[in-house]
Order: sequence, then C-alpha cells, then structure tokens
Amino acid sequence: MNWGVDRVTVAFGDTIALDEVSVELDRGEIAVVVGGDGAGKTTLCRTIVGLEQVTSGETSRPSRTCFQPETSGVWADLTVVENLEFVAGGYGLDTAHTRSRIDELLEVTGLRSASDRLGRQLSGGMRQKLGVAMAVLSEPDLLVLDEPTTGLDPVSRLELWSFINRSALEGRGVLISTTYVDEAERADTVVALDEGRVLATGSVESIVQSMPGRLFTADEKKGLTSWHRGHAWRVWSPDGAEVPNATETQPDLADVVTVAAIDREVGQ
Amino acid sequence: MLAMIRKEFKQVTRDRRTLAMLIIMPVVLLLVFGYAASFDVDEIPAVVVGPDAVEAAERLPDLFAVESIHVEETGADAESALVAGDAHVAVVADSAAPTILIDGSELFMAQAALQATTAMQAQVPGLSSEVLFNPELDTSAVLVPGLAGLIIVFVGTLVTSMSVVREREAGTMEQLAVMPFKPKDVFVGKIAPYFLIASIDIVIVLLIGTLLFDVPFNGPVFPLALGALMFLFVALGLGVLISSISENQAQAIQLALMTVLPQVMLSGIIFPLSSMAPGVRWIGYLLPLTYFNEVAKGVMVRGAGLGDLLVPIGLLVALGSVIFGLAIVRFAGQLTPARAKVPA
Repeated sequence: MNWGVDRVTVAFGDTIALDEVSVELDRGEIAVVVGGDGAGKTTLCRTIVGLEQVTSGETSRPSRTCFQPETSGVWADLTVVENLEFVAGGYGLDTAHTRSRIDELLEVTGLRSASDRLGRQLSGGMRQKLGVAMAVLSEPDLLVLDEPTTGLDPVSRLELWSFINRSALEGRGVLISTTYVDEAERADTVVALDEGRVLATGSVESIVQSMPGRLFTADEKKGLTSWHRGHAWRVWSPDGAEVPNATETQPDLADVVTVAAIDREVGQ
Repeated sequence: MLAMIRKEFKQVTRDRRTLAMLIIMPVVLLLVFGYAASFDVDEIPAVVVGPDAVEAAERLPDLFAVESIHVEETGADAESALVAGDAHVAVVADSAAPTILIDGSELFMAQAALQATTAMQAQVPGLSSEVLFNPELDTSAVLVPGLAGLIIVFVGTLVTSMSVVREREAGTMEQLAVMPFKPKDVFVGKIAPYFLIASIDIVIVLLIGTLLFDVPFNGPVFPLALGALMFLFVALGLGVLISSISENQAQAIQLALMTVLPQVMLSGIIFPLSSMAPGVRWIGYLLPLTYFNEVAKGVMVRGAGLGDLLVPIGLLVALGSVIFGLAIVRFAGQLTPARAKVPA
C-alpha cells in the first residue's frame, strides 16, 4: 500500500461507520470518495489523517499530510492572510518562503482582493478556496479534502477543481470526498461508499466496465430496478435480458454507482 | 404560534444535559446556598496568651473557641497568630491590662467579637479591645481582595471554556489536530491570552481597590502574586476541562456558571465559612477561590508573608495540579490523532 487505508473498519459503539474499506493513492494521483449523506466519507477522510481510531485494518499516510475538514477549517476571526500565516507558522515555514507562498496562493485562488477580509466575511466558495489554500500551503505530500465543493455554485466548483488539479500536477496525492458523482469522473481512483461499505472502487473506466447485466433507457418505470434520470427512466437488467420498449444505453459512472446500490439493496 | 412553541419545546428537550442542569441544578443550588447563606457567627477561633491565660480562657464566653493557650507568649505573638490566620481573636491575659485583639479582615467575626467584648467589659475591669488590620471594619477592604479572585474565575474559567468549545464547533480543532502541533503547544497557546488578560485585570482591580477605595496593602507583593498565579492556573485549567466535556458553547457557559456560582457563595467572600452548615462548609474547602481569598486578604489586609500563607498556597498548587492535569489529559486526548502508520 502507498497511502490510504487497507480493509479498515471503524466503529462508533454498535454503529459500523466504515466496513473493510480500502483506498490507495500515490503522488500525483487524485482519489475521489463519492457517496450520499451518512455514507462514511467524512469518517474515511478523518481516518486517513489519523483523527479516528480504527477497529481493524491499516492506515498509512506521509508525515506531511494536510487536511481540510468539512467546515472548511478557516478561522472566522482571522483575515485571509492571517489564516494562511497561522498555518505557515504551524508548519514552521520560514518567513521569506511564507510570504512568497501566500502571494502565489492568493493569486491562484483569486483571493487577493479579499486578503484583508475576515474568515466569517467570506462567501462559501471563497471560504472553501481559502481552506484548500491553507491545506496546500505547506506543500504536503498528501492532501485530504472533505467535501470541499459541497454547496458551491458551478463556477466556484470549477475554480476549486482547477486548483485541486494543479495540486495533483505538482506531485501531491489528493483524496477528496464529494456527494457529486460528476466530480468523481475527474479522479484516477474512485471509491463509491454507501452506509460505510464500498459499492464500487477502481478507475472510472474499470468501474463502468465492471457493471453486471445491461442498462436500458425507457419512457416509463419498469420494475424495482429502474430509476428516473433526466427526462427518461434507466432500467437495469441484472441477467442481461432484453427489456421491451427500451433502448440499450452505455452506462456512465453515475449509472454504475446506482446499479451497485440497487444490487446491494436487492441482495439484502 | 403553536407550531413555534412545539418546535421550541422539542429543541429544549433534545439537549438533555442542559435540561437536566436547568431543572436539577437550581434545586441543588438553592439547598446548598440556603444552608450557606448565614451571617450568624457561632464560633470564633481564639488564642489566649499571657501569664493569666489559663484562667482567662476559662472565663471566655462560648463564642470564642479557644484553639491554644500560651502562658509564656506576649501580645506580639498573639498578633502574629492573627496575621497568620491561625485565629481571629487573640486574648492577651495580663492582669494589668487585659486586651482582646480582633482580626478586622473577617468582618462578621470581628463584629460579633466586638459585641461579645463589650458585654465582657462590664465584668472584667480594665478590659480593652482593639481591631487590627481593618480598624474601621471597612467592607471594601474585605471584599476587594475576593473580587480580584472572582475576576480571575470569570476570565479564567468562563471565557476560556467558551474559547476552546468554539474552536471545536467551528471545526478548526481538527485542523489543529492534524497540524504538527504538540497538544501542549495548543493548550498553552489557547490559554496564554486569557492568562495575560486575567493578570492585567487583577492588577487593575487591586490598583483601583487601593487607590480609589483605600483598601490597604499591608503585606509583600510576592505571596499575593504567587497565590494569584496558582489560582489562575486552577481557573484556566477548569475552563479547559469544562470545554473538553461540553458539546457546545451553551453547555460550556452553563457548566462554567455552575462552578463560578458556588465559588461566589461558598468561598467565604460573602458569607463566613464558619457560619455555614458543616456539610456545605466542606464544599467551600474544596473550592480554589476559598484559598485565593485567604491569600489575598492575608497579604493585603493582615500583612501576612509567604510563611503565613504556605497552607492556602500549597492547597492551590494541589488543586491546580489535579485540575490542570485532568484538563491536559482530556485536551490531549481530543487533540492527538489516532495512531497511523507513517512511512519514513
């Protein structure tokens, strides 16, 4: 294993928050953990950075690991620059390097005009960008970002992703949790979680190819294995049998994750 | 409107810890404070010195609880016993000029002792009395040293408890946990501003007390500074401890108030400890403000030195070690990340 978790189980009393979950990533790779509310994304992020005790399994991270919590991790009573300076001080960066690094990050994130604004005066998007900037400031080997794009408008999401991609290109391992399946399409590795268990894992292509059965698009609902998508219905045929009055469709990641969830539900 | 009321009731009942505090604590506080709220003095610790000490001790009214009799000692020794706080009344039993020395730093005891002495003067010819340290029995001279302690409690416990919880509520505690800080770095960094603010507050309160309210400052500064330092550590430790067991700022404030109120009522600042029911008095003996009040009053009013105040300062150190130690352990437990394999 490079960095990540290997067959990790995390329990809070009788509740299993993560059940034998594995994620692995290396320098320059982006791993996206996707799932709905309560899927275990935050627990997984916290486990990787060492904030949760594991019941079983192994975790591994480089000594220079930085984390952005779900709440953005920005100090509300400090200005943008003061937040960055505090983090730089915490990581022991020298003054000259800190100044140039903060300058660079303010430019890249577009936060220069807000540099004197308090954390609590920032918009949601600006706060998340500052949170990510604080996490990358010390040039860590591994960056763990817990739902950095949740609640952001599409433009802010794009800007944030461009910043995240840049971090990976600089050689950082980046693990991001998100509720948006479309964001997972950008990843080298995807882990789809549901109720603490892995629904699907691997590259986007391998996950899509691994879908059992066939997928169709129809105008109406056809049984328990169909769901609404866009203006039509997707119908999953687990045994690959033809579905009447439906057109076979090439699945994408969102379809495969939904199929995995249905498969699990039906299996239970 | 009904929907609004229903929603508020649901929210109130959901936070069970707060609800329990809101219902149970007033009952507990009323019972405790009810037994504590008394200005009646039934007993005053006394020493009797001088050649006729034994006979004099026998003739003293029941109000004076004779702690020790020293035939060979003089009035100066008796005064030293009052300075050290060993007794609050000293009877100098000299047939030529019998004198009762009264500790003016204990207001209600001094008033009761004066009344008893006046009654005795009819039976003991030539008996004189003298109120030491605070001859006018000035209330501010007795209250201001305790107020300095209350301010330390307010800043040290109440404000500190909120500051740490706020960090956790904002999610920034996780940031600190992942950053390469040691728990002690965060702990010291967290309390440092409040330590400085409380220290400045004490100086301001004491300056205003002495300059504006003519509170005496009869003793050396060092024992008071040492006592204040120790007390500050207890108060700050208590603040961090409270925040480590509170889920939100509201709980932290309520818990902090639960520790502040007993200190106001049971530390001897308002009601004399000796006037309280024995069970309640013991609570007072467990409170740090009781000992800071002894140190502050001892130094400022009675002019006590370090040697006279070793017991209260020692008890503050002991309380500080326990509370500060617990706070550090709990704080470090919340801050230290779970162990993970970190490749070289």
